Amino acid sequence: MTVLAAILAGVFLAVGAIFVLIGSFGLWRLPDFYTRLHAAGITDTLGLSLMLVGMMFLGGWTLVTVKLVFILLLILLTSPTATHAVANAAYTVGLRPFGVPPEDLPEKER
Amino acid sequence: MLHASVLGASLAAFWLLLSGYFTEPLLLSLGAVSVIATVYLALRTDKFDGERVSLRIDLPIIRYWVWLLVEIVKANIDVAKLILSPTMALSPRMVRVKATQATDVGVVIYANSITLTPGTVTIDIDDDEFVVHAITQEMADGLTGGDMGDRVTALGAR
Repeated sequence: MTVLAAILAGVFLAVGAIFVLIGSFGLWRLPDFYTRLHAAGITDTLGLSLMLVGMMFLGGWTLVTVKLVFILLLILLTSPTATHAVANAAYTVGLRPFGVPPEDLPEKER
Repeated sequence: MLHASVLGASLAAFWLLLSGYFTEPLLLSLGAVSVIATVYLALRTDKFDGERVSLRIDLPIIRYWVWLLVEIVKANIDVAKLILSPTMALSPRMVRVKATQATDVGVVIYANSITLTPGTVTIDIDDDEFVVHAITQEMADGLTGGDMGDRVTALGAR
């Protein structure tokens, strides 16, 4: 493995880790369920993608990299579906969102 | 028949890439058996539900993915800044967004694109309208005033 690939891998893994950290910090800092979903979104889009790309540089042109690409595609397709499922469940049982103006809520919730 | 061969070829390629076995006859024949069994099951279940969704990967959708990737990076940086700012000026909104896509797959691509972009999450879908939670007013405006929906509609029937 070349030095350049190692450096690129390090940079991608580090920046990805920072985004995962920011996402976790947001999860702790934000006030309610719905806003926390957005922080979790940082972790599983940019944080995870950058770390996977870093690992691809470590893997080089091997089957490991192919598997990492499959994982990346799987995550990008399934994570919004999972996020929608939990958000929809919360909305259906009537969990009130923090700080949303009343005119945004359905009639019975105001 | 075309569907079966395309499905079989993709499954075989997927099996080879995941397993990494290219020369062992026993393992390759077991892989072939599992591919044939899967194609058979897929064709059999198609007769019942008819809910086949074909995945067409062409130039427009690849161009859309690249555009979406840039949007995701921009939105990530915006939300990260918001989380790290000392004041953390939240202005959450629940907005309604019209989905103008002609097919179910188009609507799903739009809804998932909204959720995939941090700062906006599709919470509910009734008929052709999404209920979207946005973490700030700007994010909500960016969605209602943006062209993501038009771009997905332009992808046409999938």
